[in-house]
Amino acid sequence: MRDRLAPAKILKLALRMLARDWRAGELTVLAAALVLAVGSMGTVGFFADRVKSALTSQASLLLGADVMISSDRPLPDAFAQNARAQGLDASPVIRFNSMVQKPGSDAAPVLANVKAVAPGYPLRGAIVLANAEKPEGIPASGSPPRGEAWPDTRLAQRLDLKPGDKLSVGEATLTVGPSVQQEPEVATGLLSTGPRLLIHADDLAATNLLQPGNRATWRLLVAEPAGRGTLAAFVRQTSAELKPGQRLENVRDVQPEVRQTLDRAEQFLGLAALVAVILSAVAVALTASRYLRRHLDTSAMLRCLGASERRTLALFVAQFVVLGIVASALGVVLALGGQALLVSILASLTAAQLPAPSFMPGAAAFATGVLLLFGFALPPLMALASVPPLRVLRRDLPRPKPSALVAYLLGAGVIAGLIGWQAQDVKTGAIMVGGVGGLILVAALAAWLLIVGLKRLPQRGVTWRFGLANLRRRPLASSLQVAALALGLMALLLLTVVRGELMKNWRASLPPDAPNHFVVNVLPEQVEGVRASMRDVGGPGADLFPMVRGRLTAVNGASLDTRQYDNPRARRLAEREFNLSFADRLPATNRVSAGTFWGPGAKADAGLSMEDGIAESLRLKLGDELTFDIAGTPVSARITSLRKVDWDSFRPNFFTLFPPGALDGMPTSYMGAVRVPEGARSGAWVSALLQQYPNVLAIDVGDVIRQVQSIMDQVSRAVEFVFLFTLLGGLLVLQAAIAATQDERRFDAAILRTIGASAKQLSAAQVAEFLVLGALSGVLAAGGATAIGWVLADRVFNIPYSPSPWVWLYGVLGGGLVVTLAGWLGTRNTARQPPLAVIRQLG
Amino acid sequence: MSPYAEAPMTRPLLRAERLTKTVVSGDAPLTILDEVTFDIAPGASVAIVGASGSGKTTLLGLLAGLDQPTDGEVWIDGQALSGLDEDARAAMRQRLLGFVFQSFQLLPALTALENVMLPLELAGADDAVAKAREWLARVGLAKRTTHYPKQLSGGEQQRVAIARAFAGDPKLLMADEPTGNLDGATGAEIAELMFRLNHEHGTTLVLVTHDIALASRCGRRLSLSSGRLVADEMAH
Repeated sequence: MRDRLAPAKILKLALRMLARDWRAGELTVLAAALVLAVGSMGTVGFFADRVKSALTSQASLLLGADVMISSDRPLPDAFAQNARAQGLDASPVIRFNSMVQKPGSDAAPVLANVKAVAPGYPLRGAIVLANAEKPEGIPASGSPPRGEAWPDTRLAQRLDLKPGDKLSVGEATLTVGPSVQQEPEVATGLLSTGPRLLIHADDLAATNLLQPGNRATWRLLVAEPAGRGTLAAFVRQTSAELKPGQRLENVRDVQPEVRQTLDRAEQFLGLAALVAVILSAVAVALTASRYLRRHLDTSAMLRCLGASERRTLALFVAQFVVLGIVASALGVVLALGGQALLVSILASLTAAQLPAPSFMPGAAAFATGVLLLFGFALPPLMALASVPPLRVLRRDLPRPKPSALVAYLLGAGVIAGLIGWQAQDVKTGAIMVGGVGGLILVAALAAWLLIVGLKRLPQRGVTWRFGLANLRRRPLASSLQVAALALGLMALLLLTVVRGELMKNWRASLPPDAPNHFVVNVLPEQVEGVRASMRDVGGPGADLFPMVRGRLTAVNGASLDTRQYDNPRARRLAEREFNLSFADRLPATNRVSAGTFWGPGAKADAGLSMEDGIAESLRLKLGDELTFDIAGTPVSARITSLRKVDWDSFRPNFFTLFPPGALDGMPTSYMGAVRVPEGARSGAWVSALLQQYPNVLAIDVGDVIRQVQSIMDQVSRAVEFVFLFTLLGGLLVLQAAIAATQDERRFDAAILRTIGASAKQLSAAQVAEFLVLGALSGVLAAGGATAIGWVLADRVFNIPYSPSPWVWLYGVLGGGLVVTLAGWLGTRNTARQPPLAVIRQLG
Repeated sequence: MSPYAEAPMTRPLLRAERLTKTVVSGDAPLTILDEVTFDIAPGASVAIVGASGSGKTTLLGLLAGLDQPTDGEVWIDGQALSGLDEDARAAMRQRLLGFVFQSFQLLPALTALENVMLPLELAGADDAVAKAREWLARVGLAKRTTHYPKQLSGGEQQRVAIARAFAGDPKLLMADEPTGNLDGATGAEIAELMFRLNHEHGTTLVLVTHDIALASRCGRRLSLSSGRLVADEMAH
């Protein structure tokens, strides 16, 4: 007769055993590790999925049309006529930047992105108006009528605009309409944060803002009424007629850039989440091997009573299945909360309303939890089921060990699979594996060196000696704990202390007299007046520089094919219009890196000078002949010098400089920079300037910096949030390691108690151990954060970096306190039990 | 030829033949059990005695099929254990054997009742609950069925273990120092209970003990010394 324990009974027995183990706290760390792993994967997964599906499902709404023709110059009417001739809807849109202000108000003018639209806009979707009672807003029935301006909620807030108020836009004064919560055609602006304004296309002329030199974008939105079937033909025909600088974009074309950014963000956040998963895996492995040790007697007794190996295994596996399902489900719930928090942290960056989370990321995270559990717990469980029944008589029998090969293969396979899945492609996956593995390895190696080095410390008193001996006793486990904790701490230090320092150092690196306002869009006839006003407020150094817009059309006589640039940034640079300028001498903050720059009195044919960075991106070299199309006129010149430009000087600088005379007769505008004293006077000066010159843009650098900083703050809060999972993972590994050594600790404590150690001494020894463990993590974390901060400062931002001692203080104190608290919580019971009972039980 | 061919009517329930166990300790093989041979008839009660390290527990492990001999053979109810794999030996234990251990070996996750039910459930019995209740009543624990092992005293835990051992209706009860972890009075009570039930059910009892008084209650005493069977005495 074989054993006949029915599956239902196995499950019942398994549940009873699970409940008891749960009550005894044996599985808390294991469950917490699973919840954390699933939670961190799911948080990132849900978030990325929501943003992506917003991009996909709302794509044509975001574009406001089916296709869009766009250019930096006015589009010929032929496109719209063609579209309408084929029965398609067409609607022009012009976008540009302008200062807008509330007449008669003290509020400083605000730089806004103005969009002039025609009736019928948008062709797809609707403008959503803010409504106090409906947080999701209400769709508008059309677009702004003539004479009306619809600000977005940010602009309305900054200028305190209410419907019926007046608003100056250029030379026109418009009436404020309702506030816009969300408008279509923001696909490319998914990450833009500037205030916006919608006006009627017919009001554009009255503003008198579209002057030469003003950067505007002309677009034609085209949509196909249902059942027409002519869009494809129109797209084909238009594609063939596009001139340089004109683009035909559909939803798929507009998205790649956003999508690429998003993919990268997802990969980065995913990597951070993955570190938490790997740490959870370590915690699962540690807990499972403890579970193995603690259940040997149970398994042996079951075998002795006649349960087969298979049934015994089924009994333990059933417990873990139940545990895995419950913990993973909890993890998904945590992830739902986590992603909601992440969305709210990044709320103002993800302008579009996000769709509800979908099922897939939850399922994937859930599967991660179950896979993780079995990848790391199955080998010990299999070993447990094969315990020799003789153990019921002989406790001293060697413990069965999970086959190392199987254990490693299974676990490594699960992790490799997860990484591959997260990375999407082999190369990124390999880089991620290398990155995570290398990071943990380096940290563990450093930790190991520190732990070994502890021996050299003078060791006074039994408590310190015993505490430190405990660390050295398990150098591998200790190193891994230190490494895990250090990674989490390092990420947090980097995002808080080091980021703040970098910001501070960067600001300090700016010259104190750096201009804080850029003045753009100045017409030739306004130069004298604007310059005088600038010098009046900012001193005699303030000046204006000529600027001519031109497109690079040919290099050495061959017309430029921007597709040759793999780098999307290079392609964008080549497709955009260049800001060309002319000067008779080398600007103060520039220096020549190759060739020679002309001097005063140079002739118009002295060639041109390029900034060396853009020359490298566009693969241009000294002697190349460049042809620019400036308002329809080709202008050619050879590169006679390359310049290094100190962009951090915050002074006007140009990629391309011509000698005086070379650009004569071309449409020219002027720009300059000025330092306006901070405070109320700055707003008054900008207001006064605009009263006189409504077309001029006066951009507050502080505003821009504040905007960039607000984006950085939000992004780093999001990253901090994800790295919090990493730190929790490190603490879980610590808890698991404490639990794994609990019996040893209890036994040691019993022996020490037997020979007369007081409970206080025992606690002190344990506190010493965790204090050192935490402080070591802190040292490593602070060292790592400082090193990364230095590399960022030196290589990326080119600013001097003076690491502050606070990083070390926060790292060591923070690490020491957190780890000591966690360790003390995990071990406080060891000294309380009567020694003899412990020795009998464990001896 | 079957070893029982000569006396089929009095076939022993348990037979050990030239049972030898050698382990390699360091470089030299160490013989723990050296060619031990004996028969135990159905219904007999046998104490295995000897000094610490004499091989008593090793012998018990081999007799129960919990371990395999280096040489020799064990027959239980006519079945040679060497012919069975681990799972088949487990099934054999479940069918024929009951165990009582020095350290009780109750599953901490289960109540007293559930612990007693376990062998019945493993055998696929339908009336496991009723039977387990009945057995707990017989060992005097009718009111403690829902208690967990750690809520019970040592004596009570051993009573549960005895109930569990008898609940499966075993032919052969193996006990390893059943009173070893108990104080004198409780030990005596437990011994009394075990021998009474053994007598009532006609179970064959094999008992490993240091306790001379306990050994003397058995009908037969096998003495081991350094792994050899040095005496095989019947009680007076």
